Amino acid sequence: MAKHQTPLLDQLETGPWPSFVSDIKQEADRRAANPDGIEYQIPVDCPEDLLGVLELSYKEKETHWKHGGIVGVFGYGGGVIGRYCDQPEKFPGVAHFHTMRVNQPSGKYYTTKFLRDLCDIWDMRGSGLTNMHGSTGDIVFLGTTTPQLEEIFFELTHNMNTDLGGSGSNLRTPADCLGQSRCEFACYDTQAVCHALTNEYQDELHRPAFPYKFKFKFDGCPNGCVASIARSDFSVIGTWKDDIRIDQEAVKAYVGGEFKPNAGAHSGRDWGKFDIVAEVVDRCPTNCMSYDGSKLSIDNKECTRCMHCINVMPRALKVGKETGATILCGAKAPILDGAQMASMLVPFVPVEDPYDEIKEVIENIWDWWMEEGKNRERLGETMKRLGFQKLLEVTNTPAMPQHVKEPRNNPYIFFKEDEVPGGWSRDINEFRKRHLR
Amino acid sequence: MSEDAKKQIIEFLEGKKGKTKFYFNDFTKIFPDMKAREVKKLLTELVKEQKIEYWSSGSTTMYGLAGAGKQHATEEGE
Repeated sequence: MAKHQTPLLDQLETGPWPSFVSDIKQEADRRAANPDGIEYQIPVDCPEDLLGVLELSYKEKETHWKHGGIVGVFGYGGGVIGRYCDQPEKFPGVAHFHTMRVNQPSGKYYTTKFLRDLCDIWDMRGSGLTNMHGSTGDIVFLGTTTPQLEEIFFELTHNMNTDLGGSGSNLRTPADCLGQSRCEFACYDTQAVCHALTNEYQDELHRPAFPYKFKFKFDGCPNGCVASIARSDFSVIGTWKDDIRIDQEAVKAYVGGEFKPNAGAHSGRDWGKFDIVAEVVDRCPTNCMSYDGSKLSIDNKECTRCMHCINVMPRALKVGKETGATILCGAKAPILDGAQMASMLVPFVPVEDPYDEIKEVIENIWDWWMEEGKNRERLGETMKRLGFQKLLEVTNTPAMPQHVKEPRNNPYIFFKEDEVPGGWSRDINEFRKRHLR
Repeated sequence: MSEDAKKQIIEFLEGKKGKTKFYFNDFTKIFPDMKAREVKKLLTELVKEQKIEYWSSGSTTMYGLAGAGKQHATEEGE
């Protein structure tokens, strides 16, 4: 019989979706039975107490968690989030229930051995409950006690060749899409740059000195599978400089029904015959495409990289050959000032090892934000407060038309006094000689 | 120089009454002529020497003298 009665939580299991309540109950049963003879280092019944404290919170509509504490891995300022229950006598199994974040591999590629080893550590030294993965992308270990933190850290770093992820006012664990390992749209090797910058910025990841969190994310193409444009302070999105490559024979094959649009992704329903004008040409947000019945044309200079045509006809259209990335800054979720999408800073940057062009932009931004950012202010908020022009200045980026969303709408680029002949002061008498009142 | 600066940091922390956790930029204010990264190096050394320690809420990190003030849970409302 369950340790705590949980009628409210039980209701959550009755819906049509998989339930985290069922998952926790399953883990509670497995720990109680202990078929593998694990020497548990934290209370065996912590999943049951977790359900108990959650039921109490549902009943009282109050939390019983206190979060925060001394980071329990020596020398590390992040990767561990202390969590304590304020009803430790009722729920001793979760009196200490700290979260640990573990750096996920680039592209989230795992071997089964790696996953088993993670689970073995966590079965023995933690609650057995994980979150694969957190919003930032980390492997999240949910619930352990203070004495286990160093033990887990030792095993992760010595036996598994991985490390803690970021938390607090740190660089957060960088995340990337699968990139060129599986995707023909990827314009650069996302995994290589994600891995390289994770190693390069270990100090920033583990020893916090930023005003608040800072996230990198790497999308190989504008489809944005890690949503870097919305979720990262520093977003790198693959793009190309030259023209979209068109195979006119393959276009005809799509029109003739030989190839399925979207690689058959929408074939579960009969949408009728593929109509290239309605489904591709007329869908182009900048109207830069045309089809004359036999030939597809693209006015490439108008293309905004929406990816729709390429997604619909991947065998006929390919990204250009001169590839690199666009850097955007300042996205964040709605904490202080509402959600913000990233603003384009550098339209095109080559992405080649050792990634000096990208590092230069990053480090200039950090120097500025560490100096000017207020406590708990994300980069996007600093940009808003001090102006996009200031960001251009500190990153040595010349203002260009691509920085302007719409003409005469967001005139944030102003001349400075030293850029104007004669400055702001002038001889009014001289002026009046030429311009009568 | 670095030892003097570290001493200044400890004195700053010991001189504050009623407050035990500080943001990173509280320390950069002590050394207006020093780059933030230099100040960070000093703090990292003090952490290694176990004189100060990190306190993290999960979203924000602060610094405090080792053993001073709350060791766990939120500062507010305690």
